[in-house]
Order: sequence, then structure tokens, then C-alpha cells
Amino acid sequence: MTGFLQDIGLSYELAVLVAKALGVAVVGAFGLLWTLLGIWIERKVAARFQDRVGPNRVGPFGLLQSIADAVKIILKEDIMNRHVDRWPYNLAPILSTLSVMLIWAVIPFTAAWVGADLNVGVLYLVAVGSLGTVAVIMAGWSSNNKYALISAFRAVAQLISYEVPMVISLLVPVMLAGSLSVQAIVKSQHIAYLFAVPMTVLIFLISGQAENGRGPFDLLEAESEIVAGFHIEYSGMKFGMFYVGEFLHAFTLSVLTALLFLGGWQGPLAEKIIPLGFVYLLLKSVFVYFVLIWVRMTLPRVRIDHLLNFNWKFLVPLSLINLLVVAFLWKLMPDTDQINSFADALGPTLVLFLANVVMFAGVAWWLREWARRDREHIEARRAVVAEPAEATAAAGD
Amino acid sequence: MTGIRDSAWEGDLEQLKGLVSERALTGETMVLNMGPQHPSTHGVLRLILELDGETIVNCTPDVGYLHTGIEKTFESKRYEQAVVLTDRMDYLNPLGNNLAYCLAVEKLTELDVPPRAQYLRVLLAELTRINSHLVWLGTHALDIGAMSVFLYCFREREKVLDIFEMVAGQRMMATYFRPGGLWRDVPEEFEPAVRDFLDYFPAKIDDYEKLLTENPLWRDRTQGIGYLSADDAVRLGCTGPTLRGSGVNWDIRKAIPYSSYDHFEFDVPLGQHGDVYDRYLIRIEEMRQSLRIVRQALDNLPSGPVRSNNRKYVPPPRSEIGHSMEALIHHFKLWTEGFRPPEGEVYVRVESPRGELGCFLASDGSPRPWRVHFRTPSFIHLSALPHMAKGHMIADLVGIVGSIDIVLGDCDR
Amino acid sequence: MILNEWVFVGLFFLLGPVLLVVPIALSKWLAPKRPTPIKQDAYECGAEPVGLAWKQFRAEYYIFALVFLVFDVELVFMFPWALAYNKLGLFALFEMVIFVLLLVVALVYTWRKGALEWS
Repeated sequence: MTGFLQDIGLSYELAVLVAKALGVAVVGAFGLLWTLLGIWIERKVAARFQDRVGPNRVGPFGLLQSIADAVKIILKEDIMNRHVDRWPYNLAPILSTLSVMLIWAVIPFTAAWVGADLNVGVLYLVAVGSLGTVAVIMAGWSSNNKYALISAFRAVAQLISYEVPMVISLLVPVMLAGSLSVQAIVKSQHIAYLFAVPMTVLIFLISGQAENGRGPFDLLEAESEIVAGFHIEYSGMKFGMFYVGEFLHAFTLSVLTALLFLGGWQGPLAEKIIPLGFVYLLLKSVFVYFVLIWVRMTLPRVRIDHLLNFNWKFLVPLSLINLLVVAFLWKLMPDTDQINSFADALGPTLVLFLANVVMFAGVAWWLREWARRDREHIEARRAVVAEPAEATAAAGD
Repeated sequence: MTGIRDSAWEGDLEQLKGLVSERALTGETMVLNMGPQHPSTHGVLRLILELDGETIVNCTPDVGYLHTGIEKTFESKRYEQAVVLTDRMDYLNPLGNNLAYCLAVEKLTELDVPPRAQYLRVLLAELTRINSHLVWLGTHALDIGAMSVFLYCFREREKVLDIFEMVAGQRMMATYFRPGGLWRDVPEEFEPAVRDFLDYFPAKIDDYEKLLTENPLWRDRTQGIGYLSADDAVRLGCTGPTLRGSGVNWDIRKAIPYSSYDHFEFDVPLGQHGDVYDRYLIRIEEMRQSLRIVRQALDNLPSGPVRSNNRKYVPPPRSEIGHSMEALIHHFKLWTEGFRPPEGEVYVRVESPRGELGCFLASDGSPRPWRVHFRTPSFIHLSALPHMAKGHMIADLVGIVGSIDIVLGDCDR
Repeated sequence: MILNEWVFVGLFFLLGPVLLVVPIALSKWLAPKRPTPIKQDAYECGAEPVGLAWKQFRAEYYIFALVFLVFDVELVFMFPWALAYNKLGLFALFEMVIFVLLLVVALVYTWRKGALEWS
């Protein structure tokens, strides 16, 4: 590409710049287009969970539904509350989607396709990802609406709290790979980290789901409580931006999980046939996304205080313990900095896996104890409920 | 703050004096309207909330947004015509409303109801209870964020509505009960359809329970929320599952049996803790008990007529008109003028899915009721809402509103 | 080379917003605009809002933000540690144990103080 641009008479620097700009356009446009398809997939899957059909009117299998929605939302009137604080109000939707798009800058799609293989990639992900939180708070505050305000305050507590376990769990793949570069982390996974550190994956997914504010952590936009939360005063395309941003956030979480823990683009022949890696990455991401939808469709919403308790009293301590256990074992094993093949990785993976099994067993035992006490509690209730009752005039006639 | 004048709103705050505390007037707490256009107020209920952070300091229900003047409309309808109106009040319990009204008319006119009609009434009233509880469970779960349960419940409700359509030709506003019995006998497909449902439904209740009853998130969200002591429940006039959730054994079907409920065997589930979770368990169990009653009614369904033969109040069947002069006269009289019940007042109560549904009927001897009043559980329970909601969070409020199972059509009439 | 990578990110920062502003601008151009005073009121379930939304609010959420700040600042220090972990000796582990212990002490302190309770 650069060569071609040089041929038509651009200087080297300019050619690089133009090529990179085109890369940005491609990645960005891909992100937005993928949203159209991704939302269709999500709606179809959710529909199946709920025993419905899902979109099936526009185009074959309803495939064009998202496009119809996009056209509709662009043609919709943008109704703006006249009391809003204009600057943050108008910036928030853009920032919300931008924060995800910026993440896509460092995602290695295949062995060769990567926008920017930053040597501080993971740090960059964390930094850019938290811009989304700022967008939510900006939107909630500037809307000058009480529901949006409540949502913004919830965002303050929820989104930033869950960043702690998420970042701690991100340390684990960094440590195992010895690099902050996402591409290097993918390449170091001769065996996917999922098998070595399943506990970390679980913590990452739970806290990531909470970061995205998706069910069961959808308190920010709990429609039955605070109607639509922070984007209640948005309509038309500005609302559309939030919608796109929310979807991309959730999907990007799946992509990151696939990259950091499922081996990313790695798979049979992925090094030789470059585009194949892209297919692998997409399949893995969609699988993770499917699991997340599953969770979302099954569980009721948590309450803000329960949410924070769960984070600070369970998830954060657990993620710290997890980190130390992995670090300890990693140091005990010889030659962990010399893993260059599947065979090298087998031993350490096995050891870590066993350690994780022990950890899971411990957590499960603890949760079981807790649940057992709870269940006795329920059974005690049930006994009363099922008791045959004679008609008495206790309430007075 | 980009030059915003907030003086324009100060006047409104003055109007709220008495409903909110002093702290709201100084701006220390927030006054928030929840409803009428809100996804989880089950219709058009407006709650004026005073919030301290997310905690509810004061909660004032503001009803009347769905007021349709049904009670007044009764006064210009003849007794038989007015049955149609009853469906429209509590639109989740149409046949239960029919029943309350018909029982009131029958008590006023001392009309007999054949046993087959009584059994069918019980059967259909219990199916209506299941229908109503399904909508309640779906919306209650949806309020607390469990989206899928909502759609599962509506899937099962379809089957009940199909049965209603089969017998009455209408899915929601069946208007199937008439003074003196039923509109007509049930069709042949009715029994197999109900039996199908009886076989199909219990497994589905288990499914809901699997999704919710032992789910830690669900329990966290419902246990200990919206506590109502037995004393308070009685004092506030609560009835139905809301009362029984607090452990008071009071079910009109058992206490003052009507429409042959004393022929059936069923248990009345009782709660112990008076919280949202107990009310949930009770309604789930009630669905099972309703199935029991339906099964018994179907097994022991007597044969015979489904409408009284008292020609003073009940029009003769179409077939009689052709060969009986008397029948023709009755037909003509009853359909042009209506019947004239004796003067007097009656009050009849039935156990609706929500609680005690009372029908007060005053007659001045004319073909139209002089006054009809319904004592509806939704209205009474709504007045107990502030008592339960104070001190909880907004997220709990929607759970509590769900747990008292209000229908605004029932409340506003 | 490294600089080149950052050029890409920089371009993303510049071009990304453009990609996102295009649909909004398109919408501004195509969509109807018929504002009325009632339409432009803040949404409060159909009733007229009482007072502005920008007012005093409980500090509970803010306390969690403070606790977060403590953790987040410390987490930044853990990244270089994790990055260089393979090259460091066993002492790195003990250093981190001590560091994490300090964090845990902070967590236990806030817990005991009741800052993690919802009042």
C-alpha cells in the first residue's frame, strides 16, 4: 500500500500517513458495520432464549432490520431538553462510541493485521476504555433530568468499582506473556490461557459485564426503575450513538476475552493463511458474546448496594488472591520465560489449571456453605407456605 | 450552568407541601415523579417520590389517570347489559368481575344457579386466576430485571386465553357469566383443551421456580423487602395474597364459600414474613392450587342446564320462542325493558386474584341499578404502598408495586 | 517504528470522531425539527418536573469513588511488575505480596470503617 502510494508520487512520510489513515477508516467503518450485523445476531439469539422469533420482516431472516433501524433513527427528530448543558450533552454520545473505537486501534485481527501494536497495549485498553465511563457521567449530568442524574451517580459507583477487579485480572495474562502488547499476548498463547487461568477469565467476564452495564448489571439503564437512565434525554441519532456504543462495548469485551484468554486469531493454519485468523477471532468472540447474552437473558437485575458489596467484598479480594496464587506458581516453575511451543506450555498450563481447580473448589465450597444456610432458610419458609390451612376468621368478618 | 433560570419551577414545589417533608422544600431531598408514563407502574399510576439519594423518604400514590367512570355508567345500563362493563375494570380478571357482579344480582333477586353453571364458574374463575397470576409473575419479574420469564409467562397465558375464546368467543373481555348462570354451555372441545392445559402447565410453573425461587439475585431483591406485619395488613384493609403473605389466614373461598367453592379441596398457602418474596411464593403456590380446583371441577362436572329457569329474570332460550307464546312474551319483555329486581341493597364478595373484590348493589326497583360500587383490592392495596415503601430504595419500590399486584383499571374504575 | 504505531493511534483520535460525527450531522440535516416548549421539557414520566435536577445528592457513591481511587493508583504500579515478572527473581513476588497486603489492609480498613456499607 505504502509502496503504491510512493509510486504515484507521494513522499514516504506522506504515503505512510495516508496508508494509516485508510487503515483507520477501514477499522472504524468495520466496527460500525459490524454493529449492524452484530445487533441482528444479538436480537436473534435473545429471541431464541425467550421463545420468540426475533426480527424476520426486513430482508431475508430479518437481516436488514438493523439497516432499517439505522435509517429510521437518522431521520428521527432530535428532541433536546432545553435545560441541558450543551457541550457535555452533545459530546457524550460521541465519546461513548469513540472510547470503544479507540480500543479497536490496538486489536490484532490476524497474525499480520493489526492497527497499532503498541508496546503498552493493555494499559492503553484500560485507559481508553474508561473514557466510556466519563461519557456516561457527562450524559447523565448534563441532561438535567433526575432519572439521568440517578443513573450518573450509579455510574460513578458501579463502573469505576468494577474497573478494579477487571484491571487486576488483566495483570495475569500480562504476567504470563511478559508483555503489555496485545499481539505478543496472543502469540504467547501456545495453549489458550483459558485453560491455565479459568478463574481469571471468570473474574474478567463478570467485571467486564458490569463495566458495560449489561444485565444483570444494567442498573444504569434499568428501564423498570429509572426508565432509560443516562440516555433518557437523548433521541434520534444521538441516542443511536449510545446504542451503537453500548453494543460495541459489549462486543469488544468478547473480542478482548478472545484475544487475551482464548488465543485470539490463533488456530490451525492461521499463521499461513492470514485471513483465516480473522475468522477464528470472530468465531471465538461471537461464542463469548453468546455466553454473555445467555447470562443476561437468565438473571434478574441486582441492586446497587448488592452490586457494590459483591465487588468490594468478594470480587476484589478474590482477584487479588488469584493474582498472587498465579504469580507464586509461575515463579516456582522453571523456565517459564522460555515457552516457545505447545510442548513447553503443557507443563505450566497443567500446574496452573490444577491450582485453579483447587481455587474453584475453595470458592465453590464457600459459596455452597453460604447457599446451604440460605436454602435451609427457604425450606423453613416453604414448610409454612405449603401447610394446609383451615378457614378461620382471623381477619375478622 | 449555562444561564439556566430555575425560578420558573419554584411555584410547583409549593403545591407539594404536605406530601413531602420540609427537607424537600429546601432542596435537600429530591422530588421525583414516577409515572404516569413509566414502564413499571402497571398502567398509569403516578407516584410522587421524595428521595434522599436513592432511598425513599416519602411516597404518595396519585391515582385517577385511568378513571373511566364505569361505576357511574352502570346506573344507565340495565342489569343484564351491565355485565359487559365489569370485564373492563380489572382487565386481568374479567371472569372474576363477572362473577362478583352476577352473584350480587343473584343475591338481590334470589335467583338460583344450576350446579353445572356453578362448577363451570369456579373452573373458569380459577383459570382466570392463573391468567392473572401469569401476567403478575411476568411483569413482576420484568420489573426486577428477569426479562425472559415475562415472555414465558405470556406464552402460557395464550393457552388460557385460547380456552376463554373457545367458550366465550372473546379472549380477554369474555363476559361469559350472566345473572342466573352462563351465557351458554361450553363446547365439546372445552374439556380436552382444559385437560391439555392441566398436563402442560405444572412443568412450566416448575420452570419459573427454577429461574427465580432459588436464584440468589432474586432472593436478594425480594426477601425482607416491603415488609408488612399481620396487624398492619389487617388494619390497612389488605386482602388476598398481600394479606396472606403476612400470615393471616383469610381466603374468602374458604371463609365465606360462594359458587360451590365448598365442594372443592384446596389449600390456602400462607406466608410468614410478609415480604415481597413470601407474596411471590404464595402466588406461585396459588397457581398450583388453582390447577387442583380446575381438575376437580372438570372431573365432577355435573350435567344439566347452565342457566336458571326463572323466567322472571332469565330470558328463555331461542328454541323455545318458536312454539311457546309465554316464552316469546318473556323474551320481548326482558330484552326491551329488562327485569325489575326488588328494592334493596346487597354486598357480595369474591376472592379475586388480587384479594377481596366486593360488589355493592343498590336497587330502587327499576330495571337499572340505582348505585353500583366495587370494593377493589388494587385501590386498597395502593393505599398500603407508602407504608411498605418508606426507607427502601427505588429499585425495591418497583418490586413492592409488583408484589401487591395492582391493576389500575381495577383501582380507578 | 514505535513512533509509527503511535501515529496510527493519533490518527484514530483524529479520524474516529469524524466517523462518528458524520451520522449525527446527517441526521441534523435530514431529520425534521419542530420544537415546542412541552416537547423540550425534561422527561419526568409525563408530569411536570419539580425543580432542576442539578442539586444536592447523597455522598454514598462518592465514597466508593474515593476507595476506587486508592486502588487504581496502586494498580498502575502493578503493571510494570507484571510486565517484568519473568525477568525478576523470587524477591519480586515477596515485594508484591507486601504491596498487595498493604492494599488488603486498606480494604479491610475501609470495610471496618463501614465505608463499604450502604447507609
